[in-house]
Amino acid sequence: MQQNAPSSEPIVSLRDVQKSFGSLRVLDGVSFAVARGEVLALIGRSGSGKSTALRCIDRFEKVDGGEIVVCGHRVDRPDVNLRALRQDVGIVFQSYNLFPHLTIEQNITLAPCAVKGMASSHAKDLARKVLAQVGLEEKLHAYPEQLSGGQQQRAAIARSLAMQPKVMLFDEVTSALDPELTGEVLKVIEQLAADGMTMVMVTHEMGFAKGIADRIVFMHRGKVHETGPASILTSPTTPELTQFVGTGNLKS
Amino acid sequence: MSLQLDFPAVLERWPSFLAGAALTLELAFFATVLGALLGTVAAVGRGTHNALIAGACKVYVETIRNTPLLVQIFLVYFGLASLGLKYSAFTVAVAALTINVGAYTAEIMRAGFEAIPRGQIEAAEGLALSRLQIYWHIILLPAIEKVYPALTSQFVLLMLASSVCSQISAEELTAVANYIQSDTYRAFETYIIVAVLYVILSLVMRAGFWGLGLLLFPRRRRLGTPL
Repeated sequence: MQQNAPSSEPIVSLRDVQKSFGSLRVLDGVSFAVARGEVLALIGRSGSGKSTALRCIDRFEKVDGGEIVVCGHRVDRPDVNLRALRQDVGIVFQSYNLFPHLTIEQNITLAPCAVKGMASSHAKDLARKVLAQVGLEEKLHAYPEQLSGGQQQRAAIARSLAMQPKVMLFDEVTSALDPELTGEVLKVIEQLAADGMTMVMVTHEMGFAKGIADRIVFMHRGKVHETGPASILTSPTTPELTQFVGTGNLKS
Repeated sequence: MSLQLDFPAVLERWPSFLAGAALTLELAFFATVLGALLGTVAAVGRGTHNALIAGACKVYVETIRNTPLLVQIFLVYFGLASLGLKYSAFTVAVAALTINVGAYTAEIMRAGFEAIPRGQIEAAEGLALSRLQIYWHIILLPAIEKVYPALTSQFVLLMLASSVCSQISAEELTAVANYIQSDTYRAFETYIIVAVLYVILSLVMRAGFWGLGLLLFPRRRRLGTPL
């Protein structure tokens, strides 16, 4: 395994992370780091542990061993301040998970008001701003069910952005979308990358990963099997990654 | 065999009927509000990781659901009396009905809580909301919306069941009817009138819940779709 040590203090770092579900070892000594402003793509087959690795960063899974540091929070420790951690980390899920009973505006303003104590008028301005960022200003007063899948996912990204996270996690955010709706979500993520957002994304969109990621982490059987710049997708060194990108995963 | 009905003899007691109906509605109102609170707390309690609290809530719910309401009313009535505590029949009736409907509410609310997708809660956790904030902002109203028909039926049933409070001489509708029929010897007419009044009270409650639903569920009001 090769390691590109980031020059500055990493925003996210995993060291020798272990995680099992029962007798199944999902993460078997996973290490990688993400520097400020870096975009890291986690790729691999289903069951390779990439989503679990991502969820460990926000402590949606507790690790059995190893060290995870995210924005200075020791995530592997039981006494980690979860709410402080999650103010620094934004996460977007495959199934959007917008709150169906709230308008898009209320979805976005809820956490800034409830968690940060932001004034309602200020939060509403913020909602407008982040919705403009994802191109959905006109949906401010709509309910989630009135939006297409792609719009819902963009609204979910806006909701995360409103908390002004230091790092964003994307867990297969286009996997539930029809191909024609995937593009609009990817474009938003591309813009975020261009704006310098630090991001970790689990993705099956190899063409997208290749275009946007500063670094690729290819996971295989719970281990980081191969890692390097996006160019490893076109010239993989391990037979497993060669096979993975060769099985039609590399769409442009 | 001939049936002779003499409604005027009974109907001239209409102020008593009205007072009884008002008291029944009042009983139902307080027991509904307090029972909804108690039941929601018990439903949350049953879902906590604290085994002691979850166990206590389970014992409460199962005990109430497996004993007759009349026995529960007597237990509260005579229990308080034997402790030397004196309360009005109305207070005792509200307390007993609250305890009763709270248990059923807890079961219905638990089903509502379980119907909230796990992803919603994860999204809220990811936004750094606290457990209490998640219950308050994310779980509570959608859960109520999902079980609203069952919940409101339960409260209407409670209003109808409050007729057994006549047994501890709370002056509600059935108790009033019992006096009037023994005064007038017109039992059939009296209970026909009482039955009609109960139907009206049920309709009043259902209308109230419909209006409350409009207030609580703005999304449903606007879109008309189930959650």
